[in-house]
Amino acid sequence: MVGSAPILETRKLTRFFGPVRVTGDVDFALHPGERRAIIGPNGAGKTTFVNLLSGRLAPSSGQVLLAGQNVTAMSEAGRIKQGMGRTFQITSLFPNLSVRKNVFLAVAEHEGVAWSMFRSAAAHRDQFERVDELLGRVGLADVAEVKAQDLPYGRQRLLEIAVALALRPKVLLLDEPAAGIPTSESHIILSILDTLPKDIAVLLIDHDMDLVFRFAQRITVLVQGSIMVEGTPAEIAANERVRKIYLGESDHAAA
Amino acid sequence: MTDRSTAAILPMPQAGISGTRKALSMSLWVAALAIPTLAPGYTPLANQIVVMILFALSLDLLVGFTGIVTLGHAALFGTGAYTAGIMALRWTNDPLITALSGMAAAALVGLLTGSCMLRTKGLAFLVLSLAAAFMLHELANMATSVTGGDDGLQGVSFSPLLGVFEFDFRGHTAFYYSLACLFAAFLLVRRVVNSPFGWSLRGIRENDARMRAIGCPIYTRRLAAYVMSSALAGLAGALQAQTTQFVALNSLSLELSGDVLIMLILGGSGRLYGAFVGVPLFMFAQDLLAKEDPANWYLGQGLILMVMTLFVPGGVLGLVERLRRSLGRGGR
Repeated sequence: MVGSAPILETRKLTRFFGPVRVTGDVDFALHPGERRAIIGPNGAGKTTFVNLLSGRLAPSSGQVLLAGQNVTAMSEAGRIKQGMGRTFQITSLFPNLSVRKNVFLAVAEHEGVAWSMFRSAAAHRDQFERVDELLGRVGLADVAEVKAQDLPYGRQRLLEIAVALALRPKVLLLDEPAAGIPTSESHIILSILDTLPKDIAVLLIDHDMDLVFRFAQRITVLVQGSIMVEGTPAEIAANERVRKIYLGESDHAAA
Repeated sequence: MTDRSTAAILPMPQAGISGTRKALSMSLWVAALAIPTLAPGYTPLANQIVVMILFALSLDLLVGFTGIVTLGHAALFGTGAYTAGIMALRWTNDPLITALSGMAAAALVGLLTGSCMLRTKGLAFLVLSLAAAFMLHELANMATSVTGGDDGLQGVSFSPLLGVFEFDFRGHTAFYYSLACLFAAFLLVRRVVNSPFGWSLRGIRENDARMRAIGCPIYTRRLAAYVMSSALAGLAGALQAQTTQFVALNSLSLELSGDVLIMLILGGSGRLYGAFVGVPLFMFAQDLLAKEDPANWYLGQGLILMVMTLFVPGGVLGLVERLRRSLGRGGR
């Protein structure tokens, strides 16, 4: 990790919504294979930051670099092709299609067979092998033929991850993968995250502190759109300011 | 839930159809072949039904599989019909050449209008499709020297099919020709909707934002579906011209666009067989009601439609599916 060039980087990234600065002068770097989390109180601008990274939102100023290339002006679709993957805070799937079809659609787009019109999808064995491998990785092989909308909510979150992984991202942005999942079950998400390929850099945003502290190698604390502090989980846990504004507050909420 | 989890054990998803449905579908095709022999008096009506099934099938590709609802599909049907008719009157009356030209012309119109209209979706697209069809209708109405205006194109005759089979007054050649075209189109559409391309269309129907986020070029994908559907609608129009030897101005009308949409929804969209169920149902009902009360039959038709839409969402095929599912559950 140390010494390698960052796979994802921002320079003085800033975004205003009207007069409100929701992201301010953020210098951020994520290295290949790194496991990073961003935490911060509600309204700290975490999702906005992810949207700026993924290209869903354009910054007011500053730059986003993906694998050293300036992608600030690049569309969301263009960044996906360059290796940016993400999941959504609000589940976004193909509700009436089976789990396997959900993943197949992503694999087909990524491997460039989605224009194939005259060959049955079922005949695309290579792609289906990959689909089944992905479903196995996130633990959904037993429900491959179930419609996405009939899955329990937690497993829909896993399907989100499988769809994102199907695009072979170099960077994976996980926007609250455990949202809506009881804290008692967030270890399932954690165990899936542990099996992600080691060369993918993963950026996690979540409110579940247990999940964040067990997952991340480094944690970035975002407050009012700016980075307040960055460090290892131990450093962050020991940081007085963080405890005061964030952890203390959430401990109370949890108690 | 139970039947779904057993399905998960199967090694490969069969996107096609199950054995009994395959047998049923095959026997229906064979039965259709016997119509001119068994019910010669009904051959012209059967031909009309076959042509409309092809038209509704082309619409299913848009409405059912891609989620594009249009009220201007007759524009493409009419383009095919007028192309075949005008060519027959002026240049060549070979059925295959004029049919292919009708398809090509409709595909071109679909490409031109589609590339503008598909920048929008939903209600905006619906209105644009309506407007485009109105314009084409008015154009055909005004260009009387080419299209015959309000009178339509009369006395359009075609040379024998493949140089052998005359379009006889009993309508046998016409019927078998239309049926062969429908069968070929059906095989094509079935293949396409079961391909990765066809699956991606369903992905667009389900959640186009998500499709974009997995890197799908939504606009060109939808345009490709639109052009393909246009070509098939154009073929249906050309068949209409060839088998009735007449092109009416209302082959471009809103009424026809609406009727074909109703027929498809009646049968059940997005199921490939909806057109095969909805069109005969609609046309037989129309036939019966018109005999009963020639002046006010639209009233009866309207009532049937309201009942169907309110109580049988998903059309006849949707109803069959739900019945089968609840029977299956009860049996367990």
